[in-house]
Amino acid sequence: MKFRTFAMFVGPSIFLMILFIAAPLVSVFLQSFQITQPVVETQQVETCTPGFLQQTCVTETKTVPVLDEFGAPVTTTEWVGLLSYQRVLQLDRVGAALAAGSWQQIMAIDFWKALRFTLTFTLVTLPLILIVGLGLAVAVNNAAKAIRGQIIFISLLPFIITPVIGALSIYWLFVGDGILTAGLEWWLGRDIAMFAQAWTIEILMLFYRVWHVAPFAFVIFYAGLQTVNQDTLESAIIDGASRWDRLRYVIIPHLMPLIIFVSLIHLMDAYRVFEEVVGFRSQAHVISLQWLTYDFLEPDDAGNRAISRASASAMLTMIGIVILLIPLLRRTWRDHKGSSH
Amino acid sequence: MSTPKALRQPFSLRLGSAAFLIFWCLIAAFPIFWIGVMSFKVPVDAFAPNPFDVVFGPETRARGKGLSILDIALGLVVLWFAARVAMRHLSPLVAKYSPYGVVAMGWIAASLAFGVGFVIVFFGILPPIIGVLNSIAGPLGAPIIGLTTEHYQAVWFENEFWRNFVNSLIVTTGVVTISLTVGTLAGYGLARSGSNIAFWILIIALIFRALPHSVLVAGYLPVFVNSAEILRPILGDSAPTLYGQPLAVIAVLVSINQPFTIWMLRSFFQSIPVDLDESARVDGCTHFQAFRWVIMPVMWPGVITTGLFSFLLAYNDFLVTSLLLDAQNQTMVPGIVGYFNRETTTTDQVEAVAAAVSITAPLFLLVMVFQRQIVSGLTAGAVKG
Repeated sequence: MKFRTFAMFVGPSIFLMILFIAAPLVSVFLQSFQITQPVVETQQVETCTPGFLQQTCVTETKTVPVLDEFGAPVTTTEWVGLLSYQRVLQLDRVGAALAAGSWQQIMAIDFWKALRFTLTFTLVTLPLILIVGLGLAVAVNNAAKAIRGQIIFISLLPFIITPVIGALSIYWLFVGDGILTAGLEWWLGRDIAMFAQAWTIEILMLFYRVWHVAPFAFVIFYAGLQTVNQDTLESAIIDGASRWDRLRYVIIPHLMPLIIFVSLIHLMDAYRVFEEVVGFRSQAHVISLQWLTYDFLEPDDAGNRAISRASASAMLTMIGIVILLIPLLRRTWRDHKGSSH
Repeated sequence: MSTPKALRQPFSLRLGSAAFLIFWCLIAAFPIFWIGVMSFKVPVDAFAPNPFDVVFGPETRARGKGLSILDIALGLVVLWFAARVAMRHLSPLVAKYSPYGVVAMGWIAASLAFGVGFVIVFFGILPPIIGVLNSIAGPLGAPIIGLTTEHYQAVWFENEFWRNFVNSLIVTTGVVTISLTVGTLAGYGLARSGSNIAFWILIIALIFRALPHSVLVAGYLPVFVNSAEILRPILGDSAPTLYGQPLAVIAVLVSINQPFTIWMLRSFFQSIPVDLDESARVDGCTHFQAFRWVIMPVMWPGVITTGLFSFLLAYNDFLVTSLLLDAQNQTMVPGIVGYFNRETTTTDQVEAVAAAVSITAPLFLLVMVFQRQIVSGLTAGAVKG
């Protein structure tokens, strides 16, 4: 294919990606070093109230925003260096907390709280999803052919459901005296409030994510199981390998590329955890990095969006993505070089 | 076929594996099933601590709203006929009446017609007939399961959820059409070019796929809010404010979706032999003609699968739509968040549940119809490498 034809085919897609992905990235990077504020001026305002003999007049100095000819507030943008990063990271408070040796004080800062949760979430869900997905794939592969379709259908439901709605559906089972909270209370004989402390919410969030992603791992592993070499399995049996040995030494090595694929996709997605915070309404207890950026972008009570701080926290979130991507990129690069030679 | 003794599984293993599967199916389906049940009950029943109260809804029944044995029987009969019509007659009809080459369009039209017909029969014609029958049927006509659609009525008509539905429809249709058009072109180009540029484009797309969406939205927001002023020198006074425009959100979602789309379509295009386009080229087609008239007709399965995933992304999105659309143009998923901000009474809560079920129902149908395509789409990227 000539380069010209190639460019015509790929052009529209590249254009969209540059305009809506690459350009915003650059602009976020620049914004994170800038602060845009309305220009304010101080005015002497004299307010008079009618009084007997003489008016009572009070002179105040007020700060009012400067308006342009359309009545919109004039804003200025200035370069502030790392100020926004400092406001997000709050290193001085972290230093003080470290000096005091207090973990709670660090966790009182939104960014570090979000970072801790995001990392825990990503690392804890990963093995769970691999185990549940692999277990399901092996079990379905064992099951009678007639019911496999139905099981796959039911398994796809948690995967396909809108994440916010999926989280909500689990939230409603536990909220207040929801059906499962009532069941737990009856079983344990004590009062339970699932949404009053952070750790119970985190367990529900972990559960939700495993419930949501395990079907994906399952479908992929199940497809991989169909291509396991039967001869290898048979020779393993002849050599006296037990079921466990066969799983451990034949099936899992065969599935290894798929396990790596699922892990990478899951690491990328779990690091972006966001919908859980919305669905479980946990912002008072548990927040994630992406939710932190979202929260800065939402208009506050005065209608202002904290764009600079959002950009800074977005850039900090990106560092994690870069670390996650490096091994993936190295692997792809090796494969590419291997295939081209 | 008898399995060799060595491969035969001990009873305990089979039992364990079956139990695990049953347990998983329960866990997978239960939350979705349960919100479905809750949405049809009055609040007292929906949030009752006893599960049987939630299922049978005594309070709902006490208000005279429920299903009798007769209702259930008739409803099942109608459902069975509907399923029969869908299975047996729909596909020949589509094959007969849709013009050659646009079978997909024929299917869309047929499913829409079927859906509308079903809604008219099931919710329009059936209830009055059943009402008459119930009144003369005696004990068979007395309600045994409490069921009320009042929350759905409140959500869809009083709270105007249909507006959100229309907005969702606009956004998803736009995203699916544009991202497939742009994506198939790019996917084909990338699959047929072995150059280094193609490789680097794919790698950069992979990096873009990993970006958190909030990072990108932080880039759009200031520009979109002030776009009227930014664009005024170019477009004059007709410069639009992009914030709140469904079109802007469509463009954003298409672009966010692009990396995933081109990877997936590329892997589908690669499974089509190159000989096919080469023979078309020998017959005198240009690259584009070969793409349009030779490759596309055999690509429909891949396009439909990718379209499904684009649809899911647009339909399920919360972050982008909630930040970039204003209240009038809000889609369904962010729309539901409005409910729990004002969720003060239990009635509000059940209405939120009803809205959630309304959002889930189309997805449920989607899995039913397109299960095979979804599975093939999931495995396309993974198994082929």
